[in-house]
Amino acid sequence: MAVEFDGGVVIGADSRTTTGAYVANRVTDKLTPIHHSIFCCRSGSAADTQAIADAVTYQLGFHGIELNEPPLVQTAANLFREMCYRYREELMAGIIVAGWDRRRGGQVYTVPVGGMLTRQPVCVGGSGSSYIYGFVDSSYRAGMSKDDCLQFTAQALSLAMERDGSSGGVVRLAVISENGVERHVITGK
Amino acid sequence: MAAYIAQNRVEMFSRSNDMVPNWENQEVSTGTTIMAVEFDGGVVIGADSRTTTGAYIANRVTDKLTPIHDHIFCCRSGSAADTQAIADAVSYQLGFHSIELDEPPLVQTAANLFKQMCYRYREELMAGIIVAGWDKRRGGQVYTVPMGGMLVRQPVSVGGSGSSYIYGFVDSNYRTGMTKEECLRFTAEALALAMERDGSSGGVARLAAITEAGLERTVILGNQLPTFFNA
Repeated sequence: MAVEFDGGVVIGADSRTTTGAYVANRVTDKLTPIHHSIFCCRSGSAADTQAIADAVTYQLGFHGIELNEPPLVQTAANLFREMCYRYREELMAGIIVAGWDRRRGGQVYTVPVGGMLTRQPVCVGGSGSSYIYGFVDSSYRAGMSKDDCLQFTAQALSLAMERDGSSGGVVRLAVISENGVERHVITGK
Repeated sequence: MAAYIAQNRVEMFSRSNDMVPNWENQEVSTGTTIMAVEFDGGVVIGADSRTTTGAYIANRVTDKLTPIHDHIFCCRSGSAADTQAIADAVSYQLGFHSIELDEPPLVQTAANLFKQMCYRYREELMAGIIVAGWDKRRGGQVYTVPMGGMLVRQPVSVGGSGSSYIYGFVDSNYRTGMTKEECLRFTAEALALAMERDGSSGGVARLAAITEAGLERTVILGNQLPTFFNA
């Protein structure tokens, strides 16, 4: 899940990776850095999303060096979309790209399965997301503060983890803003 | 996130062109959102009003809240034909039973009749039913009989294809001890959220409150439904 606020974005994910009914990793980190102030939230096939994220990280790093300035979030999102659309038949990847740049501040872009790209103020994804559409639609308000967004994201993820068997573990959160990245973890306690 | 994905996702990209819908051959389904909430003194039940054959909306003003007895209703989801047939059969059985007893039947009895039928014919049927009503012994009760034929009583229950989208909302917003008006508002909001997100749910929201005094039905038209943020 990812939410924009004035000055940055809050992103969050659960920490469960499954092979069928077995929880292969219960402390997964699905919030993957792509650049200093750009992250992606990965859902779908772990192998596919890791491979895509690695490729985009490389391409974006190269581009950032060529430009001699931090790349735009929109650029990162487009790189994901290029790859996810071109190889749509082979891939199973739903990715949310979120970050901060100087031109447009905090932005959230979603690249679901199939390779569409769209910017949204708030976005949910993954198998557990179905259960929280109602909650997100009813609770989201534009203009929330950073702490409101953290609270909102943590609550939404907890609700989804409660209902979805493929989601669980801990809640990983990150705030990306001009000042950099701050990460939090909320355990069962 | 799954470390292994089955290969059958390729089929969804290779299905034949759906520019020409073939809804004549699709089964009529109440792809639906249904909901029931207990409160002290009765129950509130609600449903959307869309019946689909494939992508065509066969009936946009369906009434999925079906009376089984004076103070007992059922909310139907799944195959329209199956649920209508089951509801008719149970209405008959319950009516007969009530005459034999010479008093109003219990909600639990109605729920068990649904369960017996849904479990016995579970392979042939596609029916998810919520039974709700009021009786003198236990007041307002909600029993859910999902596909497969389980029976369980719950203070609040949601069902149908649209229900997936509102589990989070219901889990976070439900409190015990709500009044009838709060339950009506809660149900209307939940249905509106589900109807917004689920393509198989829509139309108007039908609500009913069942208490000792009897039944009150309301309809909330599409443009009067509560509105929420849309990304």
